[in-house]
Amino acid sequence: MPWTLIGMTIVTDALNPAHPPEPKPVSRRLVRLMRRPELGAITGTIIVFLAFGITAGNSGLFSMAGIANFLQVSAQLGILAAAVALLMIGGEFDLSLGSMIGFASVTIGLCVTQFGLSIPAAVAIAFVIATIVGALNGILVVRTRLPSFIVTLAGLFILRGLTLAITRTVTGRTQIPYITDGQEGSFVVWLFGGKFGAPVFAWLAAHGVIAARPDGSAMVQGLSMSILWWVAVTAFATWLLIKTRFGNWVFAVGGDDRAARNVGVPVDRVKILLFIGTALSATLFAVIQVLEAGSADTLRGTQKEFQAIIAAVIGGCLLTGGYGSAIGAMFGALIFGTVEMGIFYTGIDTDWFQVFLGSMLLIAVLVNNYVRRKATEAR
Amino acid sequence: MTETVPLIELRNVTRRFGSVTALRDMSFAAHAGEVHCLLGDNGAGKSTLIKTLSGVHTPSEGQMYVDGRPVTFSSPRQALDAGIATVFQDLSMIPLMSITRNFFLGREPVKGWGPARRIDMKTADAIVYDQLGKIGINVRDPQQAVGTLSGGERQCVAIARAVYHGARVLILDEPTSALGVHQASIVLRYVAQARQRGLAVIFITHNIHHAYPIGDVFTMLNRGRSLGTFRKGDITEKEVLDMMAGGREIRELQQELERFTKPGSGAEAVIS
Repeated sequence: MPWTLIGMTIVTDALNPAHPPEPKPVSRRLVRLMRRPELGAITGTIIVFLAFGITAGNSGLFSMAGIANFLQVSAQLGILAAAVALLMIGGEFDLSLGSMIGFASVTIGLCVTQFGLSIPAAVAIAFVIATIVGALNGILVVRTRLPSFIVTLAGLFILRGLTLAITRTVTGRTQIPYITDGQEGSFVVWLFGGKFGAPVFAWLAAHGVIAARPDGSAMVQGLSMSILWWVAVTAFATWLLIKTRFGNWVFAVGGDDRAARNVGVPVDRVKILLFIGTALSATLFAVIQVLEAGSADTLRGTQKEFQAIIAAVIGGCLLTGGYGSAIGAMFGALIFGTVEMGIFYTGIDTDWFQVFLGSMLLIAVLVNNYVRRKATEAR
Repeated sequence: MTETVPLIELRNVTRRFGSVTALRDMSFAAHAGEVHCLLGDNGAGKSTLIKTLSGVHTPSEGQMYVDGRPVTFSSPRQALDAGIATVFQDLSMIPLMSITRNFFLGREPVKGWGPARRIDMKTADAIVYDQLGKIGINVRDPQQAVGTLSGGERQCVAIARAVYHGARVLILDEPTSALGVHQASIVLRYVAQARQRGLAVIFITHNIHHAYPIGDVFTMLNRGRSLGTFRKGDITEKEVLDMMAGGREIRELQQELERFTKPGSGAEAVIS
């Protein structure tokens, strides 16, 4: 007789070739779905939308302007969260992320206003510098074998300090205004800081579906390009993670780097690339903010490192690495942005947002640990 | 001894770590279609020997040969490429990853070109299903996490992975020591299958009861030295046990324990 476990059968008798009946494909797909790490975040998103649907019904949160607002907030964080999710699945943290945002912002600002470079050139330089900073973070972590928590905590202070010191030395101030002056129509400014979907919104306003101004043009003239970047970055991260060899290595490196090394995975290279990824995401965030606002601030990105980690954890990433999803991080960021804007719209004191955030993090960690235990239990 | 050229051989290998000599003048050969058991107590030099064979350590003195040709491995990857696969005690498997992802970790089959290059998961799943089916493990869903498998099944998946990826020499580090009787028998049956397919199996253990039924050749280690190599017909299980470092001690322990249970012995006097 076959010796049956749940989900698997060992045929102990070699003469008995009887196979167990195949489970129905539908139930197998359901089991796989239940095992997905982003399930919790999707459930959370539904709960948040239901809660605000009841409490914030007429406050304008779910008007076109409100939706455009919370999507934009979510999108910016979501860009960071996707890269952070990959890094966390790879078993590391990047606390220098927020400072990297400030550093990239003033890099663009200084390049344009002080050195007279074009915006595309300044953006390109910012991305090159981010690659170097990310590689440095990664190399330091893999060479010293110190926890990335410590290495990038040092980076948090060094980068923020450099940002402030350099900006103040060069300009005498801590903000750099007028970066996009006269360039508002350029392709690069639109690509990162512009809006999309204008014709659709104009049409909707003309037909009275969404609010219009007295002159007939739409109140909301388009959605922030950051939303498209958010979707693109998340899609790319998901593709990498699930479909490519690199993604397989990311899971392995975070799950058990010694085991990964034993079977020939280039552990150090994977980790360095992941750190470059978070630095690039921070720079993309900076480029978007600078080109949307037209100015750079040395304090840009403060605390974003923690917010991105929270979004990734809500999205199902384990703090210990080896498990998680970029789509989950997307929903984590969406919960984050919706609640932040929802609290604002419903008139609740915004101080409560932090309380909510901390509670969400705690709940998410507990849920994730439970899921992990279930996933590794012998069945 | 067999007349064929051994698949892997060590001649007079010594390995030192600073002033400590972990392996001393060790000679050892493994042939195709044989299970060669390496027996020894903790600290006998078993793990240093495994790590030398698998390319983690290089010999301080002496030479290693593969197919009769001298080789020097500077990484486990090089040993793998030469067909020498080691299944370490931790199995080098990642519990949270699926069976398929573990099975092909570092050697993922890909399809597509350029940026569209991706893991061919369908083929990979089919191979895993097929390979595990052959050894009697019937996985319903190759996408389930390795962590959901039992210890014996995990061991078998790790061995199947090494065999599938072209291992000619299979080094198994204590493959049964953490397993119950039933689970261990699954693994031992699979080791016999691997031998039948012409692999050289090096079976490292301190458990003679698992080693003796499956082994063809036995090499006993003690304090970094070889106490000799014996074919199964030339030595009994009891003699093997005696020769292992623990053998005499276990016999003494047995006698001592018997004293405790015998009425009227000294032990009872102490209690009363």
